Amino acid sequence: MQNTQTEYGYVSIFFHWLAAFSIFALFALGIYMVDLTYYHTWYKTAPALHKSIGIILFALMVLRLIWRSKQITPEHLNSHSNLERKAGKVVHSVLYILTFLIMLSGYLISTADGRGIEVFELFVIPGFGSFFENQEDLAGLIHKWLAYGLIALALLHAIAALKHHFIDKDNTLNRMIGRRQKH
Amino acid sequence: MKKIITKLAIASAFTTAMLMPVANAADYVIDNKGAHASINFKIKHLGYSWLTGRFDKFGGKFSYDPANISASKIEVNIDTSSVNSNHAERDKHLKSDDFLDVSAFANAKFVSTSVTEKANGNLAVKGILTLHGVSKEIIIDAQAVGEGKDPWGGYRAGFSGTTAIALADFAIKMNLGPASTHVQFDLHIEGIKQ
Repeated sequence: MQNTQTEYGYVSIFFHWLAAFSIFALFALGIYMVDLTYYHTWYKTAPALHKSIGIILFALMVLRLIWRSKQITPEHLNSHSNLERKAGKVVHSVLYILTFLIMLSGYLISTADGRGIEVFELFVIPGFGSFFENQEDLAGLIHKWLAYGLIALALLHAIAALKHHFIDKDNTLNRMIGRRQKH
Repeated sequence: MKKIITKLAIASAFTTAMLMPVANAADYVIDNKGAHASINFKIKHLGYSWLTGRFDKFGGKFSYDPANISASKIEVNIDTSSVNSNHAERDKHLKSDDFLDVSAFANAKFVSTSVTEKANGNLAVKGILTLHGVSKEIIIDAQAVGEGKDPWGGYRAGFSGTTAIALADFAIKMNLGPASTHVQFDLHIEGIKQ
């Protein structure tokens, strides 16, 4: 369950893959929903789903950060170069920052008129209206472009992991899919 | 002495002429500061009800003379990004390139070309509406509501009007269904005489 000096615990691994899956799903859903025709069956459902998943992901990301802060971070593999260590750290931080900024900007679009955000028709996250002029437009632009940035960076992150796995043949990816090493 | 009086007379006649360039045809500025004017629109939702909205920011001027209707003129400029249908997500969509594309077309404009009095006393205000980058002639069916002094030392005149446009005529391509191809406008303006 817990992280160790050399390995990620299953909770950390679960959070990682849940975020990865949700973020790509939200991106695909977002791209899909904005071009639906007015009479499409999903015209109302897709944005409702996008917002609900986004809010749930926000809660999970907060829990993930809390969990992370209480865990030791497994040490870098010896085979990782100095540049790889630094680049990895920067990319991980930016992935977190972008994810939260995208969730914040999404919230600001939907709540610009004071309406709340309904989550799976179960409960409502309150809205506080506009904090700046044309909030829904500006937040919308930020939401879109940061999402493109996040997806690009996540792909870079994935390519780097695959490079470690297939070219360097080290344990970087194995550690994140929970494949334990024999000691 | 006679010379001075003549000079004064000429001067005063000149001044009077300066102050009253054209007799009767009064110029008005639309009272958007006091928000005694509104540009409202409505479009059928699915054919089952009306969805209403308005443009919050606009300005304009007109000249009007009840004794010489055909000399009347009006010009209105609208900030398209001020579209307000009381729902931020919908307004964002209305401002996108599915509808008004306000980043490309920040302004809409109506400039009258002729004003005629109809048999029923209404006014037919013909002019060019420029919306979404397309300029097209429309006719506004207008009525003079009233005019006169206001309690604060000014003089006002007000009108209301209606017109309808087809979204397709202004190259707005979003398909809202067969009942929602046209937008109706309900216009109310009050001008303060300059």
